[in-house]
Amino acid sequence: MTYSGFRVIREALTGHKGWRSVWRDAHPKPHYDFVVIGGGGHGLATAYYLAREFGEANIAVVEKGWIGGGNVGRNTTIIRSNYLLDANEPFYEFSLKLWEGLEQELNYNAMVSQRGILNLLHSDAQRDAARRRGNAMILNGSDAELLDIAGVRKLYPFLNFENARFPIKGGLLHRRGGTVRHDAVAWGYARGADRQGVDIIQNCEVTGFRIKNGRCLGVETTKGFIGATKLGVSVAGSSSRVMAMAGMRLPIESHVLQAFVSEGLKPTLPGVITYGAGHFYCSQSNKGGLVFGGDIDGYNSYAQRGNLPTVEDVAESGMSLIPALGRIRLLRSWGGIMDMSMDGSPFIDKTPIDGLYFNGGWCYGGFKATPAAGFAFAHLMSTDRSHKTATAYRLDRFRTGHMIDEKGQGAQPNLH
Amino acid sequence: MIIPHPLLGPRDAQEFTYLGDASLIDRPDWQSENAMQEFHDYLYLRENPAGQHRELWFHEQGDRSWLVVTRNTVTHEITQVELASDVARAQGRGR
Repeated sequence: MTYSGFRVIREALTGHKGWRSVWRDAHPKPHYDFVVIGGGGHGLATAYYLAREFGEANIAVVEKGWIGGGNVGRNTTIIRSNYLLDANEPFYEFSLKLWEGLEQELNYNAMVSQRGILNLLHSDAQRDAARRRGNAMILNGSDAELLDIAGVRKLYPFLNFENARFPIKGGLLHRRGGTVRHDAVAWGYARGADRQGVDIIQNCEVTGFRIKNGRCLGVETTKGFIGATKLGVSVAGSSSRVMAMAGMRLPIESHVLQAFVSEGLKPTLPGVITYGAGHFYCSQSNKGGLVFGGDIDGYNSYAQRGNLPTVEDVAESGMSLIPALGRIRLLRSWGGIMDMSMDGSPFIDKTPIDGLYFNGGWCYGGFKATPAAGFAFAHLMSTDRSHKTATAYRLDRFRTGHMIDEKGQGAQPNLH
Repeated sequence: MIIPHPLLGPRDAQEFTYLGDASLIDRPDWQSENAMQEFHDYLYLRENPAGQHRELWFHEQGDRSWLVVTRNTVTHEITQVELASDVARAQGRGR
């Protein structure tokens, strides 16, 4: 079933009776060439690209709940390619390019909206850092514009420019950044993968690995043993728990990150704003709600809900930037579990166990990485070599001293 | 979250800063054969359980003591709080 304008009109005229489910509810076969654990954005994208780009067949995605019910359904939907380091920026630029072609590629409306991201600046030092970052971005094929105060005022006249502590001195504008409908990403990749013959197995929790002589033979699940020649783990948020079943300890702590959405408003915020001084970021959803978030709660948590001090802290930050926020009602808040790695950067790597591959440690940057992470993980699983944009995401980088400390804040999860 | 401080009674968790796993008390021996490996594991690798977790909290805005807090990472329930110095001493460590 292909989506088109014609199809939408025809369905509208015939009572929408022709729509069918877009992926099969598969039951596990005894053995697959590739099994991906985790039916989130990354896992589904991995399966899709394994089939589509790397020509692999006999692939399954195993998900303990329902697909898209994890972090891909619990984020603030922002995509961007505004990183600084050589280890990062080419990867996120690759990701943004994939986002730009995603809807055509998947024939699925993911509401990719390149509405622009503005990083606000509050001091001369921040402006220097932004100029350096902007240059790094441009060198890697991304886009960046340094705005002065007048430039920011023109875009966002309602910000608190005269804030005594953090006056706004300008901003770094990344026009190709924006937002995507997060659920549609999972659904679009699921449909795309299904059309390539991938089995999507939901409500199937992994309970253990079968490992013999250092080689992974498959995975024990609540639906029985599933054999796999190559097994990829892509379960951000549960990475430590799943990999512990394979006897591995990871450089990861799990922390909760809260996000918030307000009541629906008329169009207010044209793009995405990030406010580094208070650590607050905000955009407006297509339904009108302001979607925003701030820091992680800062201690180990699997609760998928946060604590009130962080709610207060985020709200205070937001109000110090957009005083008008004080007049709107907060509709919902939710928490996602983040794989906080020791340097704030992810992993896409083989493990010491043969046939077992790992993708995780995305901290709170997993959503924007979805297409590239899926592509790079599929590349790794199919060819046993790292994709050229993901060579730095090694599991042993702490041992060898090749940390990717994007924020320059040190080697401890709650600093990132 | 309220942390029941063994000396000061119940205190708001906002008065504290968090360091992480309480095993960070057990610093490896720098003269050991495998010091490189041990320090790598000590600094970077974590058990990261969902459930009971022993962790270090610093009472920065209070009496500046280090506490070992046993907390459930799924429910945030705190079941035990000890002074980190007591924990270290019970392991036969100095001072």
